[in-house]
Amino acid sequence: MSILVLAEHHDGQLSDGTAHVVAAAMAIGGDVDVLVAGENVQGVAEAAATLEGVARVRLADAAVFAHQLAEPLGDLLVNLASDYTHVLAAASTSGKNVLPRLAALRGVNQISEILEVVSTDIFKRPIYAGNAIATVQSEDALKVITVRTTAFDAVSRTGSAPVESVEGQVTNETSRFVDEVLAQNDRPELGGARIVVSGGRGMGNGENFRLLEGLADKLGAAVGASRAAVDAGFVPNDMQVGQTGKIVAPDLYIAVGISGAIQHLAGMKDSKVIVAINKDDEAPIFQIADYGLVGDLFEILPALEQKL
Amino acid sequence: MKVLVAVKRVIDYNVKIRVKPDHSDVDLTNVKMAMNPFCEIAVEEAVRLKEKGVATEVVAVTVGPKAAQEQLRTALALGADRAIHVETDEPVESLAVAKLLEGVVNEEKPDLVVLGKQAIDTDNNQTGQMLAALTGMGQGTFASEVVIEAGEIRVTREIDGGHQTVALKLPAVVTTDLRLNEPRYAKLPDIMKAKKKPLENRTPEALGVTLPAGLKRLKVETPAERKGGVKVGSVDELVDKLKNEAKVL
Ligand SMILES: Cc1cc2nc3c(=O)[nH]c(=O)nc-3n(C[C@H](O)[C@H](O)[C@H](O)COP(=O)(O)OP(=O)(O)OC[C@H]3O[C@@H](n4cnc5c(N)ncnc54)[C@H](O)[C@@H]3O)c2cc1C
Ligand SMILES: Cc1cc2nc3c(=O)[nH]c(=O)nc-3n(C[C@H](O)[C@H](O)[C@H](O)COP(=O)(O)OP(=O)(O)OC[C@H]3O[C@@H](n4cnc5c(N)ncnc54)[C@H](O)[C@@H]3O)c2cc1C
Repeated sequence: MSILVLAEHHDGQLSDGTAHVVAAAMAIGGDVDVLVAGENVQGVAEAAATLEGVARVRLADAAVFAHQLAEPLGDLLVNLASDYTHVLAAASTSGKNVLPRLAALRGVNQISEILEVVSTDIFKRPIYAGNAIATVQSEDALKVITVRTTAFDAVSRTGSAPVESVEGQVTNETSRFVDEVLAQNDRPELGGARIVVSGGRGMGNGENFRLLEGLADKLGAAVGASRAAVDAGFVPNDMQVGQTGKIVAPDLYIAVGISGAIQHLAGMKDSKVIVAINKDDEAPIFQIADYGLVGDLFEILPALEQKL
Repeated sequence: MKVLVAVKRVIDYNVKIRVKPDHSDVDLTNVKMAMNPFCEIAVEEAVRLKEKGVATEVVAVTVGPKAAQEQLRTALALGADRAIHVETDEPVESLAVAKLLEGVVNEEKPDLVVLGKQAIDTDNNQTGQMLAALTGMGQGTFASEVVIEAGEIRVTREIDGGHQTVALKLPAVVTTDLRLNEPRYAKLPDIMKAKKKPLENRTPEALGVTLPAGLKRLKVETPAERKGGVKVGSVDELVDKLKNEAKVL
């Protein structure tokens, strides 16, 4: 078995998700290499080299890989994939963007968002918004896999793998980067936070999210939202939790003014402890909450913040 | 400019699914089926491009059994001009669908292909990217805004940290995210008119596509049920439980 993990990075920082994907690769077993592709990403490669269990880091540093556009990255992976039995990436917007291109160009199926490694070719993955779990087997020579990072514990950063450069030999004629607007905040990343506080349509407007932010700051929590809150323009899209947003599994998830639609539950029901605050005592969210508090969030949130 | 839109027949998103007792699959007998919500957004975007005078023709395509024609009629009622049904009773996965769509692209030569970003049944999020790779087109996935000008398409994409905009040469592939638009409802007269719009048939053989084998599905299970807990009476009680019972604070 030889496995290539596509590292994810932003602004010169290795994303936390990569350590979880390496853990999934270790569960499959065999030699694990990490590919870092980008422009001026020597630092990212050095960070990836410290991930425990990594045999070597392969560094593709070239202008064509800036912003990690799918077309050149897919071509690079196709060039490298012949050395491997498995290629893995996080089931993030970036991994989901690139990996299907590799699968298609190699004529193999992709196994999306695995939750568990059963054996080198058998995996579990969620379907129907996580309301069913399918066990699937791939008979393809190359297994192309995206990984739900919350389902695997991160490897530690105690390793020291060598970094080797690879020749890209890739051009890109079809796509061009224009710009990027990234949300700025000092709170922990939604996907990796120990506590998440999320607001829904019940928050009423964007201003009122300050109530949640106050609570989040006290708890060192990340702030999330339901689709209804994002669609209504209360908060930006990268805060959406759910089937079609981010998947989170923190120790504590506090849902405030969220009814509990299955598409929302799909993104948070693997949290260890769930708290629901909602004025409707029939709201479906209470059916899965460990602790429910019925009442007006505008009274409860300030009281809660004060008690902490 | 010709726009091709891929639509998929899936379980209605309001339906609570059940796993079959023999764990072979999800039970789809007699459940309500509908067009995948992301595909509705794809159709809407194509129709708006036509209304703006950017697109001249919108062609809807689906891959699936006879019953999937229902979703093609819906697409026609929403404003597509004609439809292509690639008929197969074989279960097809993303790679097979992408290869069949590649066959349709070779015949139709569209300037733009719009797909949903994911189907809400298999949740794969693959088909558009695979089609782009197979046809050598650029891709704008998870689109929240699409602007076509000067032979280029600018796609604003919803990514993990926020938004990214890319410019693609045409022809290109776009996959839709939730906030690209709000799809209209089909009006009764349009539903009637849609019955007369052209719907052609294709087979995988006619498109020259040998269906690749998919993944082997060994088992489908219901995930561990989460049991509801207790209702607490006050903020004090909540804080106490979180500290002393759940020990998460
Ligand atoms: C294809 C598709 C994909 C989707 N993907 C997602 C997804 O990824 N994530 C997601 O979240 N949704 C998703 N949805 C939407 C989902 O179906 C729901 O519409 C959405 O989750 C509802 O959000 P909400 O709970 O905030 O709003 P609502 O359902 O309107 O609930 C608001 C709640 O707030 C409570 N409330 C109101 N005022 C107060 C108050 N003062 N104090 C206390 N409580 C109050 C109400 O009792 C109510 O329960 C998707 C839908 C589709 C069709
Ligand atoms: C007759 C039949 C029976 C099936 N039975 C099963 C079964 O029992 N179990 C099972 O797991 N799967 C079954 N499938 C397979 C399932 O439908 C495929 O996994 C699916 O078609 C591949 O797309 P996806 O959901 O992976 O696509 P995604 O990549 O998640 O979808 C993205 C987008 O691709 C486009 N797209 C996807 N599929 C189609 C399509 N068929 N036609 C047109 N556009 C499409 C849409 O625009 C969609 O929004 C069956 C398929 C058929 C035709």
